[in-house]
Amino acid sequence: MIDLIAKSAAEGLLPVTIGTMTLTELPLREMHSIAPFKGAEVSAALKKATGVGLPDTGRAIAKVDVEILWTARGQYVLIGATPPKLPAAITDQSDAWCSVVLSGEGAPQVMARVCPLDLGRMGEGDVARSFVGHMTAIIIKRAEGFEIMVFRAFAKTLVHELREVMVSVTAQATLPD
Amino acid sequence: MRINCPICGDRDRREFYYLGASDYLNRPAEGDLDAIHKYLHIRENPAGVTKDLWHHEAGCSSWLVVERNVTTHEILGVELASEVAK
Ligand SMILES: [Zn+2]
Repeated sequence: MIDLIAKSAAEGLLPVTIGTMTLTELPLREMHSIAPFKGAEVSAALKKATGVGLPDTGRAIAKVDVEILWTARGQYVLIGATPPKLPAAITDQSDAWCSVVLSGEGAPQVMARVCPLDLGRMGEGDVARSFVGHMTAIIIKRAEGFEIMVFRAFAKTLVHELREVMVSVTAQATLPD
Repeated sequence: MRINCPICGDRDRREFYYLGASDYLNRPAEGDLDAIHKYLHIRENPAGVTKDLWHHEAGCSSWLVVERNVTTHEILGVELASEVAK
């Protein structure tokens, strides 16, 4: 039996630390998008099977190793568990995304340059769809900073964009007046 | 310009895609050629208040009816297209 080696989306690019900020990649996990059929009740059955029900708009719910994100109108992403059979359109999206965490003191300044969201309004566990640079992204506010998810094919561009801004923000912070 | 999405809240204009007049919500019956011609091609195009369809493309993916004044860029109201088309 051939033992395949899993390669993460940002393999060889991360982690990177510049100034006070660190960008790290999160390990690949099982992921499914869940889009409930019109008027269908799925939350209770989902909760029974995975420990998490459907979150409110713009929110995430985490229980032990399982998390569910609101990702669009009528669309959710379940991470770390297999969804049961539900009256919903379910798509396996494992390996389809790249997930990184930007942390450190300068993280809000970096995000302010690449993302049009009003990030100061986001609290821990808040989720938003928006842009990072020209890429459509899922942005989640975490205790340590911002988690950013983009389509896997954008991994290199995401790291490039954030890295450039991390360098620039650090340079400006260290320039003499 | 900012648009207050009923689902996501106040967001930057670059997250939205513009389609055209909200007349697109009133699709005429099939076969009525005169009505279809008007539906596709005839617009009021006022220099003032208009109602347009916008897609929250980089956000929640909702279609919105945005009422705005094209001469002042003032946004007067935003509704979900699914509610308007009910
Ligand atoms: Zn929206």
